[in-house]
Parts: sequence; structure tokens; C-alpha cells
Amino acid sequence: MSQEQEQKKTQRRGGGGAGDDAGEVQRSAKGEQLKEEMDEILDEIDSVLEENAEEFVKSYVQKGGE
Amino acid sequence: MAIPKVIGTETEYGIAAVGAPEFNPVISSSLLISTYAGSLRRIRWDYEQESPLRDARGYEPVQVREPSEEDLGLANVILPNGARYYVDHAHPEYSTPECASPRDLVIHDRAGERILERSLLELERAMPGGPRLAIYKNNSDGKGNSYGTHENYLVDRAVPFANLVRDLTPFFVSRQIFCGAGKLGAEAAWEERNRHRYQLTQRADFFEAEVGLETTLKRPIINTRDEPHADPDRYRRLHVIVGDANLCEVATFLKVGTTALVLKMIEDEYLPDLTLANPVASLHEVARDLSCRATVRLADGRRPSAIQLQWEFLDRAKKYVEQEDPTGDNPEVVERWEAVLTALEDDPMQLHRELDWVAKYRLLEGYRQRDGLDWDDHKLRLIDLQYHDVRRDKGLYHRLAATGKVERLVTDDEVEHAIMEPPEDTRAYFRGRCIEKYPDAIAAASWDSMIFDTGREALQRVPMREPLKGTRAHVEDLLEQSPDPATLVDLLGS
Repeated sequence: MSQEQEQKKTQRRGGGGAGDDAGEVQRSAKGEQLKEEMDEILDEIDSVLEENAEEFVKSYVQKGGE
Repeated sequence: MAIPKVIGTETEYGIAAVGAPEFNPVISSSLLISTYAGSLRRIRWDYEQESPLRDARGYEPVQVREPSEEDLGLANVILPNGARYYVDHAHPEYSTPECASPRDLVIHDRAGERILERSLLELERAMPGGPRLAIYKNNSDGKGNSYGTHENYLVDRAVPFANLVRDLTPFFVSRQIFCGAGKLGAEAAWEERNRHRYQLTQRADFFEAEVGLETTLKRPIINTRDEPHADPDRYRRLHVIVGDANLCEVATFLKVGTTALVLKMIEDEYLPDLTLANPVASLHEVARDLSCRATVRLADGRRPSAIQLQWEFLDRAKKYVEQEDPTGDNPEVVERWEAVLTALEDDPMQLHRELDWVAKYRLLEGYRQRDGLDWDDHKLRLIDLQYHDVRRDKGLYHRLAATGKVERLVTDDEVEHAIMEPPEDTRAYFRGRCIEKYPDAIAAASWDSMIFDTGREALQRVPMREPLKGTRAHVEDLLEQSPDPATLVDLLGS
């Protein structure tokens, strides 16, 4: 696949975000695959993440130990 | 010749009550542990039921109960797997039984997580109206409070402590590149706090000294606690306080496997002098450099990166394993060590299946990109925390593991087995089996002794000063010949 075709493919899929410079373009096929895997992971995590992130994190205070 | 490296870890877990920040962490920790200990008989049954060759036994229903006087004292129990489970300060703490190999340690460290998870379930069942607790295997609350994960290694008493300090300091500073559990932000001096978005380790911020006895303030890179829990003329127990709690099995395996090998090389004077000019500053610099390429200054003026320092140790270790000690897990330790250093040199982000700091960083970066979040967004803080949740349905590490996104080294069956069964090749076997077989006759137990109440006038103390005695090979027959503890004590004394 030529670089031009690869670039078109990236654009068609919405590009944006991952590839910031020309060197990244060649990696876009692998990049797409990784992005799909990451989307899958994030969806999974969305479903288990605690509610009210701000309050939850603020209330997590531990006494020192050891 | 170096002595075998018996290994154990002690983990203080973070504890929180969801929606009830005013809960009492000391009482809650104690309840968690005493409820688990109280349920052991039923757990034993649950566990054995998984073995198809055994008969199912009676079922003891759980009583719904209120906290008793006993719960308010601090729980401290020895488990049938030889571990100790207790309250330390305001945390539940789990000390693994003594393990004779890094791989066994991985299994038993993980079994500890499962025991905490099970304790939560047991407590919810026993006290349904109580606070909804959550347990985290991490080392910092992100607000300047730290709790430890300590490693322990059996070391030859004959080795001068100064040699341990000299060789371990550069090793501990540089091993952060694969041992770190990752952390958002910094908890150091105020002016530093916002300069660092993410660090390799949870703990580096809390270390201010090179060598010392402290563990709770002015923490030192090398801790001098001298409590061998074994024959003090022959052994030292090196107490390492500078590490993180790991969830990735590859990280745990490498943490204890490489450290055990380095200790053997110190005993055999196999290492070059890599003394750092400023160990504490270097510890912080390495932790805050995600590229792992920043250099540290040695006393002799050289400036290697943390990766290069690790290569120095690995090069010697490869030779050492080949020429002196190709036994046990050693070949796998050097192989994985080399693979990880090679990948770190190329691009650390490749190691998201192996290392906690990379796995977590990748999640944070994924969320940031997808949702356009700033680095100080609360959601990222939540991810940083929830990565360490011990519950397999909630913990983000465990969600990655469940879908094959991180590399496993041990099986769930091995971990499940280790919840009730001690390692067979250390004195933990004797301890665990005695707790299992004569629970009512044990007046007290410690790492290096068991005290039996056999009904006779005096209590009978059985010393266990050799960590590699009391193994299955040594005592299985003896235990089988002893239907009661009095017989055991007599046979041991004869």
C-alpha cells in the first residue's frame, strides 16, 4: 500500500487524534487495531468505574502505615 | 557460596468505605480479618468441594452478627497456608508464607489478594447492613499518605551489611523501571507537585534517606531492621521497604526474582561498584522519567541511565546463572529480565501486558484521548485508584486480566490452591499444617516457632529457626503419625 493510499484510509476513518505526523501514517493499520482494542477496554472499564469520581477520589484518605 | 533465597512479601492494603468516609479503618480491618478467620471452616469446605474426589461435608451456616468485643481488639491470625493476616496501624496486612522461589511467591502474593477479596464477601454476608468496604492493593492515597509493601529475603549473616548497602542501592533505584506500579502526580514538596503528571512508582516520593531503621517517616532506601525470624547467627532477613505493590505477575516475578539473584551475587562478590553519587535524588529522578533514559550520576563520575544500570546487573546475572546457579527459576528470571530491558530501551509502552506502570498509563492515556480529559481530571484519579481494587469484578487490573490483556504467569487453580495450602518446601508447611490439623492446640505461633497447648502442665514450644526445615519432605510422615498434638510434640522431641 502506498503512503498516499494509507493516508486516504486514515482520513476516511476519521483520522484525528492518534497520528500527528507523517511518520505515524505507516503505522495506521496497526494503530487502528490498537485503537479498536483500546476502545473495547475503555468500554469495559466504563461499565465498572465507581460513580461520582470526584467525591470518591476526595474521600479516599488513608492513615500512613508500616 | 550464596545461600538459598527464601522470599516473602508483606502488603498493607488500602481500605475505604464507599459513601461513608467517617468509617473506622482500624475496626473495619479487624472485622474483615476476624470474619475471614471465623469462616475458615466453611471456606475449607468450599475449597474441598472443588476437588471431585472428596466427599462433601457439612455446611455451617453464617450467622448474621454485630461486632463483638473481640473484633475491637486487633485481629491477628495465622492461616492454614502458613500466612499471617492482621491489622497493622489502620490497614489490613497480609504476609505471605515463606516461599522458596519467585514463582511460588507470585502465587502466594496473588492468593493474598484473593483472601482480601473473600474477606469482603464474608463480611458483607455476615453484616449485611455494614459499610460497603473496598480494598486496594496500592501504596498511596495520592494525598501524601503511604502504606508499605515490604519484601523479605533470607541473607547470609556473614555478608557485611555495607556490601548490601553498596550494591542494592543502585539496584533499587534502577529497578523502578520495571517494578513500579505507576502513580498520577507527585506527593513530594509542594513546588514539585504539579510538575510531574505521572511517575513509575507509588513509593519514590516518600523516601528521604539512604540507610536507616525508619519505615514511617524519613524512609530509607535500605532499611536496617534486624529481626531475622531465624537463627540470628546464620541469617539476616533483609527487609526491603522501597518497593511497590504489584498486580502484574510479570512485575512481581521480576521484582523478587531479580532481587534474589542480586542478593546471591552480593554474597558471592560478583558485582561491580555502581555506587550512586546522590541515591535519594536519583530515586526520585528515575521515578519521574517515563522514558527510562534520564541519567544518574555515579560516585566515579559516570552517567548511566536506569536501563543501563540494569544491564550492568543483568550482564553479571546471566554469567552467574550460567556458571554458578542454573537452578530453579533463575534461567526464566534472566530471560524475562532481558526481554523487559530490551523492550524498555525500544519503547516502554510496549510493556502494557507485563508492567503495572505501563498498563495503567495506557488506560489513563486512552481515557484522556477518548474523552478529551486534562491530566488533573478526577476521572483519571479514579482510574489510578481503581486499577488496584482487589475485587475481580471492579479492579481495573483484574478486568484487563479477565480479557487476556495482561500476561499471566500462574494459573487461577494454583492461586486458589494457595489460599488454603502452604508451600511444601519451606517451614511454612509445618506451620500451615499444624494450624490446619490442631487449630485448638496452638497457643501461639510466630515465624520461627509454634507453641502447643497439649493439655499437659507446661506449654510446649517447637522452634523453627531454619526456614528450609519443616518442609513436606521433613514432616509429612511425622504429622501423619500424630493424631493429636501431644504425639507430635513427643515425636519431635524424641
